[in-house]
Amino acid sequence: MIKMQQVSKIYPNGVTALREVNLTINQGEFVYIVGPSGAGKSTFMKMMYREEKPTSGSFLFKGLEVGKLKNRQIPELRRQIGVIFQDFKLLTSLTVYENVAFALEVVGEDKEQIRKKVMEVLDLVKLKHKARNYPNELSGGEQQRISIARAIVNRPSLVIADEPTGNLDPDTAWEIMEVFEEIHRRGTTVVMATHNRDIVNKMRHRVLAIEGGKIVRDEEKGMYGYEI
Amino acid sequence: MKFNGFRHLREGAKGLVRNGWMTFASISAVTVTLLLVGIFAMVMFNVNKISENVEKDVEIQVFVDREADQAKIDAVGKQLEQMPGVASVEYSSKEQELDRFKEQLGEGSEAYQSVEKDNPLHDRYVVKATSPDETETIAKSVEKMENIDSVEYGEDYVEKMFNFLDGVRVGGIILIVGLTFMAMFLISNTIKVTIFSRRREIEIMRLVGAKNGFIRAPFFIEGLLMGIFGALIPIAVVIFGYEATYGVLQPQLMSVNASIFSLIKPSELSAQIALILLGLGAFIGVWGSTTSLGRFLKI
Ligand SMILES: Nc1ncnc2c1ncn2[C@@H]1O[C@H](COP(=O)(O)OP(=O)(O)OP(=O)(O)O)[C@@H](O)[C@H]1O
Ligand SMILES: [Mg+2]
Repeated sequence: MIKMQQVSKIYPNGVTALREVNLTINQGEFVYIVGPSGAGKSTFMKMMYREEKPTSGSFLFKGLEVGKLKNRQIPELRRQIGVIFQDFKLLTSLTVYENVAFALEVVGEDKEQIRKKVMEVLDLVKLKHKARNYPNELSGGEQQRISIARAIVNRPSLVIADEPTGNLDPDTAWEIMEVFEEIHRRGTTVVMATHNRDIVNKMRHRVLAIEGGKIVRDEEKGMYGYEI
Repeated sequence: MKFNGFRHLREGAKGLVRNGWMTFASISAVTVTLLLVGIFAMVMFNVNKISENVEKDVEIQVFVDREADQAKIDAVGKQLEQMPGVASVEYSSKEQELDRFKEQLGEGSEAYQSVEKDNPLHDRYVVKATSPDETETIAKSVEKMENIDSVEYGEDYVEKMFNFLDGVRVGGIILIVGLTFMAMFLISNTIKVTIFSRRREIEIMRLVGAKNGFIRAPFFIEGLLMGIFGALIPIAVVIFGYEATYGVLQPQLMSVNASIFSLIKPSELSAQIALILLGLGAFIGVWGSTTSLGRFLKI
């Protein structure tokens, strides 16, 4: 699904965030990206949904050279990818239902389909009963579940999460991880950057460790590996 | 793919309301600009009409020297009738001229008293050429005849008027261009504020794969609406204002020279000017919002 060859990223200010990364991620995998702060994890993820372009190298997503996509082709790419952030990025003036529906409305889905898909996905994240609430009436964990719902409502084949549990207490973090496990079980590829040692060590999946922009470790069922 | 027009319209209208005062300022700027454009356009349309009238005009006013006696005056008339290209000659004595003039002044006025004492007017011949092409040639040769005080024909009037209007035109164009830019600037600024206040929404739209056009449409419509709303008052003012002006001015101008100073009928201009102002308003609005979108809504 994802194939990177000699991918480097140098920001305009001269910072080299990724160095000659080679990597393959298959459909249906669950991959943790770990590494110290400033290692290049977010940069790596931004390249997948084409928020950033690689400076050099080849980055294929489903056979498409992502770095060479024209601006007007980017929406097509992003409809196949769901993105989740540490800070949820919900719209405070919209209800839970509207926040999730928003993602379908703006890609031109019709009303009937929107209703059906939104209710389905709210059911998956177990927040059907909060559909009419506003985000500021929800806990952090609930807000993150809404943002996950929004990311997957369009049934993307790849879900990218950048420190999705970064703002949450350990118990809530585990609840969120259950949701990701469920998404993964349904066949969706998940790539998650995280600093959460417990989760990586207990919910075992492939681990990619990045340091100074280089992949220093790539293990199936790996461990977090950094000592405090 | 479904039709999103209503959504864009709703979102665009929301932007208008949300920006309250800025929207008001933008619409006002468009209103002032278009008012001037409208008035200016009406003047220019009529100037063009008048120049056309001049081109079609066959009438030449010949004023005889005040010193000439009746024999000389009659001789001038004979000469005029025999000139090539002349279709008809009409005579009006200075007494007849005075009567007409007094009628216009109204009895009892000071001017009336003074012309009553001492008639300042000339005997006058109205010469009609067989075709407009002949008008100028005839006028030029009449000027060289003896016992002639002066000759007037269409181009004469119009030259005087044009000298005055040239100044108006240059000043008007500069003012309008300046105001147009100000209106565009205000609109683009309002749109910038909308973009800024919705940056979160825009970020998410991009993230979930909304098309560029879809993201832009509401802003585009917001600008368009401001331009169109800004055109409404000018359209009304210019149309009704012109009707009123026409009613007052036309009879007076007709008495000076009916064949040249006939203005365009309001009914012939209303639809045209409404379309021009609406189109220009829409253009200003769209242009203003497009510049803002180009700068602040890059992908
Ligand atoms: N837009 C940018 N412009 C310039 N430099 C950037 C930009 N984004 C990130 N960087 C730099 O690139 C390097 C990698 O940043 P990145 O955000 O990918 O790290 P990270 O692994 O996600 O860190 P963290 O764990 O703290 O989130 C850092 O040195 C950072 O300063
Ligand atoms: Mg990061």
